[in-house]
Amino acid sequence: MTWNDVVFLLPEIIISIGASLLLLAPVVGWRQRETSAKWSMLILLGITALTVIGCSYWVQEIPQSRSLAGMFALDGFAIFFKLIFITAIAMITLLSDDFLRESRYSVWEYYSLLGFALCGMMFMVSGMSLISIYIGLELMSLSSYILAGFFKNEEKSTEAAMKYFVLGAVSSGILLYGISLIYGVCGSLNLLDIGRALSTIITNDALMFGVMLLGAGLCFKMAAVPFHVWTPDVYEGAPTPITAFLSTASKAAAFSIFARIFYLALHDFQLDWSNVLATISALSMVLGNLAAITQDNVKRMLAYSSIAHAGYALLGIISLNSLGLRGVLIYSLVYVFANLGIWATVLMLRRHEYGGERVDDFEGLSRRAPFWAFAMVIFLLSLGGIPPTAGFIGKYFLFAAAIQAGFGWLAILAVLMSAVSMFYYLRLVVAMYLREGREADVAITRPLQIVAATCLIITLLLGIYPTPLINQATESSRWIGARAAIIPHAGR
Amino acid sequence: MIPTHWFLILSAILFAIGVCGVLTRKNGITIFMSIELMVNAVNLTFLAYARQFHQIHGLIFVFFVMAIAAAEAAVGLAIFISLFHHRATIDVDEANLMRW
Amino acid sequence: MAANYSVLLVAALIVLSLPVLTLFVLAPLVRASRPNKVKLEPYECGVPASSFAFDHRFSVRYFLIAVLFIIFDVETVFLFPWAIRFKQLGWFGAVEMAVFLAILLVGYFYAWKRKVLTWV
Repeated sequence: MTWNDVVFLLPEIIISIGASLLLLAPVVGWRQRETSAKWSMLILLGITALTVIGCSYWVQEIPQSRSLAGMFALDGFAIFFKLIFITAIAMITLLSDDFLRESRYSVWEYYSLLGFALCGMMFMVSGMSLISIYIGLELMSLSSYILAGFFKNEEKSTEAAMKYFVLGAVSSGILLYGISLIYGVCGSLNLLDIGRALSTIITNDALMFGVMLLGAGLCFKMAAVPFHVWTPDVYEGAPTPITAFLSTASKAAAFSIFARIFYLALHDFQLDWSNVLATISALSMVLGNLAAITQDNVKRMLAYSSIAHAGYALLGIISLNSLGLRGVLIYSLVYVFANLGIWATVLMLRRHEYGGERVDDFEGLSRRAPFWAFAMVIFLLSLGGIPPTAGFIGKYFLFAAAIQAGFGWLAILAVLMSAVSMFYYLRLVVAMYLREGREADVAITRPLQIVAATCLIITLLLGIYPTPLINQATESSRWIGARAAIIPHAGR
Repeated sequence: MIPTHWFLILSAILFAIGVCGVLTRKNGITIFMSIELMVNAVNLTFLAYARQFHQIHGLIFVFFVMAIAAAEAAVGLAIFISLFHHRATIDVDEANLMRW
Repeated sequence: MAANYSVLLVAALIVLSLPVLTLFVLAPLVRASRPNKVKLEPYECGVPASSFAFDHRFSVRYFLIAVLFIIFDVETVFLFPWAIRFKQLGWFGAVEMAVFLAILLVGYFYAWKRKVLTWV
C-alpha cells in the first residue's frame, strides 16, 4: 500500500471514521441528542456518496483501477453497487427514526453499526481478492448479527440474532474452507489469477469441492434454498428497519459479490457449476413462492418472497453473459427500491411493536391512507414483475439472459413462479382495498413518507422510461462482462 | 518435509469434527467452540498450502481469519449472554419462539 | 499437480464418517460407564466441592472482560508482521500502525466510558 491507495479507499475510510465517531459521540456526552444522531448519519452518508461519485470520474479514464496490491478494485460495477448501498442505508436511517424513538435503545450505536455494515459492503463489492471479499463480508455479517439482536430486551430479537449468528458463523466457516481449497488448487487468491489458473487446470475433485463450499457459503448470504432456513425467523424477529436492511442492502451485496466471483474467477468452471446453481435457483423460486402463500405474517411472507428473489437473481449469474450481468445490476436496484417502499408502508401501519406485521393489519388501508395504499400496490406489482413498473425491466433482462444461455426451462419456471408470487402479493392488495378495516390509526410520519415517495418515483419512472438505467448498467458492467465474454465456454 | 497431504487430511478431520459438533450439540457455547474448530481447521489448510507454494498470501489470510474469528467470538458471546438473560439457558433447542 | 488433490474428496468422506463412528458408535461400546457420586463431582483441584457451580452464577462482568480480552489479545497479531519489517516499512508503516492502534483505542475508550472496565 502506498499513499496513492488512500485515494481509492477514500469512501471506505470516510465511512469508517464517521462510524467510529458515531460510536464515540454518546460516551462524550451526546447520548441524549438523538435527533443529531440521525442527521450526523445522513450527512456522513451524503459525504460518502459524493466521494464515490468523485471516484467514478476517475474510473471513466481507466476501466478498472486497482490498489492494495491488486486486492481492491474501483470499476463501474463497484461504484454502481456502492451507490445503491449508500442510498439504501440512507433510507433505512429514515425508516429507523420513529421506530427507535419509541424504544429505549441507544440510537448512536445503532447508526454506527449500520455505518460499519455499509463499510463492509462497500469494501466487499470492490474486492478483487478472496481475502478482501472475506473481510468485507464478515464486517457486514458481524454488524448484521448485532443489529438483528439490537432490541435486546425483546426475546424474539435476541433469538433471531442467535439463530442468525450460529448459522452465519457456520456458513462463513464453510465458505472459508471452500476458499482454502480453491487457493490450494490455483495457488492464488486473486480473482483474475484464479480465472487464469482455472483455464489451464483440468477440473479435479478438490476444486469441485472448493467451489461447491464457496457457493454454499454465498448462497447462505443471499438466502437461496437449501441454505435459506434462517431467513423467515431472522426476518420476523429482527427489528423491522433491520429486516428492511437485511432484505435489501445486505441481499444486494450478496448478489453483487456472487456475480463478481463467478464472472471473474470461475467462468471456466461454468460447465460444472451451472447445473447445480440452476437447481438451487429453481428450488428457491418454487419453495420461496409456495411457502409465502401460506404466511399470515407480512414479515415472514416477505422473507419467503426474498428467498424467491434470490432464485431470480441467480438466473443472471448462471447465464454468464453480459445480458445476465446487466440483469443482476438492474434487478438489484429495482428490487432494493421496491422492497424499501414496502417496508416503509409496513412501518406506517406499525403501532406498538406488532402492528403492521399481519396481513389483517392492511385491511381497509385504501380508506385510511389511499395514496400509500396505491404506492404499496405499485411496489408489489414491481416485485411481481408486472410491466408498467421497474420490476418488469429487471426480470426481462434476467429471463432473456437465461434463455440466451440455454436455460429456457428455468426461464419458463421463473415466469410461472412470478405468476404464483402475484397470488400472495394480491392478498395484501385485497386486504387493503376490499376488506373492511378495523378503525386503527396509522402513523404516517414525514421520514416514512419521504422514503415511500422516493421509492415510488424510482419504481414508476424506471418502469416507464428505463433507458438511462439500462445504459448505466451496460456502462457499469462493461469491464466484468467483457472478461466473461473473452473466454469461450464449454457449455455453449 | 512432511507431505502437504497429511496436513490437509488432518485439517479435513478437524473440520468434520467441528461440523459434527455444530450439528449434534445443544449447548450454545459448545456449538460455538465447534465453529472455532472449523475455522482453525481452515487455517491449517491455508498454512499447509502457503508452505507448499512458498507464498505469503496464505499466511496473511490466516492473520485475518484469526482476527475475524476473535471478533466473531466477542459478538457470539454477547448474543449468548443476552439469550441467557431471557431464558436462563443457552440450550439452542429451547429457542423456539418462531416456527414456520 | 491436479491429480494430487483428487484424494481430497475421498479423504473428506472418510473424515466425515470418522467422528461419527468414534463419537456415536465406537466410544459407547468401548468405554466403561460406571458413574458414582465422586466421579460426577466437578473437579476443583482436589479440594472437596463446596457447592454446585449452578448454585451461584458468575457475574456477567467476567464475560464482558473475557469478550474484551479476546479482541484486544488477538488484534496484536497484526503488530508482529509490522515489527519484523519495521525498518523496510519506514514511516509509512509507522503511520499505518498508529492508525490501526487508534482504531483499537476508539473501541477501548468506548468500553471504558460505558463503564465496562469498572468492577462494581
